[in-house]
Amino acid sequence: MSITQILFWFLSVLALFSALMVVTSKNPVHSVLWLILTFFSISGHYILLNAQFLAVVNVIVYAGAIMVLFLFVIMLMNLNKSVEPQKNRWIKIAGGIAGGCLLLVLVAALRNSEIRQQVVQVKEGEIGLIRNLGRELFTTYVVPFEISSILFLSAMVGAVVIGKKD
Amino acid sequence: MPVNYYIFLSIALFCIGIVGVLTRRNAIIIFMCIELMFNAVNLLLVAFSKMHHKAAIDAGSVATNVGSDGQIFVFFIMVVAAAEVSVGLAIIVMMYRNVHSVDVNFLNRLKH
Repeated sequence: MSITQILFWFLSVLALFSALMVVTSKNPVHSVLWLILTFFSISGHYILLNAQFLAVVNVIVYAGAIMVLFLFVIMLMNLNKSVEPQKNRWIKIAGGIAGGCLLLVLVAALRNSEIRQQVVQVKEGEIGLIRNLGRELFTTYVVPFEISSILFLSAMVGAVVIGKKD
Repeated sequence: MPVNYYIFLSIALFCIGIVGVLTRRNAIIIFMCIELMFNAVNLLLVAFSKMHHKAAIDAGSVATNVGSDGQIFVFFIMVVAAAEVSVGLAIIVMMYRNVHSVDVNFLNRLKH
């Protein structure tokens, strides 16, 4: 078992465990912290795949910006105690069974598919580097890039308009 | 690393996100589970991108940017997710200001 495989399994177990803790923990602040751990382990997967640009962007955007926004809102509303009223237990069981059925169906459908002979290139390859992605982004995908700036502007205006006290 | 490991890891993360959306009532935690599903899809897109890159190199292609489309898509998904979170959290704050709760069961006014 090489060091790459050990890292893969470690990061996978960490991601799955912390994702489960996001769903099951009662306190919303603990959920946010577990979700940050999930994002860090997914960034570790990106580094393992040599997608360095996406790893850095994932840490900065998700773990840095979005999660701080969540934490801000939770602490602003003073929700950092478990105020969630107990839901009907049958609804929880039904949700778990529904998700488990989806998992079962997807795994059973993809278990013997053709694609499993393919191999993912780990810890080498140049396409994840910032030079190649930047060249691709500013030549082929320059129009979507500019449109996304308009999307950000409209999202900013929308957030201000919605959040404004009327 | 075979690609089906990545497929099954992404499926597991996605299903955990779906179970969270179905079983929790706090609107903020539902939002976080949606982010979890976004990340599962992003991981699978990056894995497929690297898979196509390796297949093209093994086939003798000299182009170095085969498969970089998947990573560009991940970048745009992150852009859209950031915009979505800012607007969605503004809506949740407004809802909390009106009904003093973030329980999604108070949001069933559309039923009546």
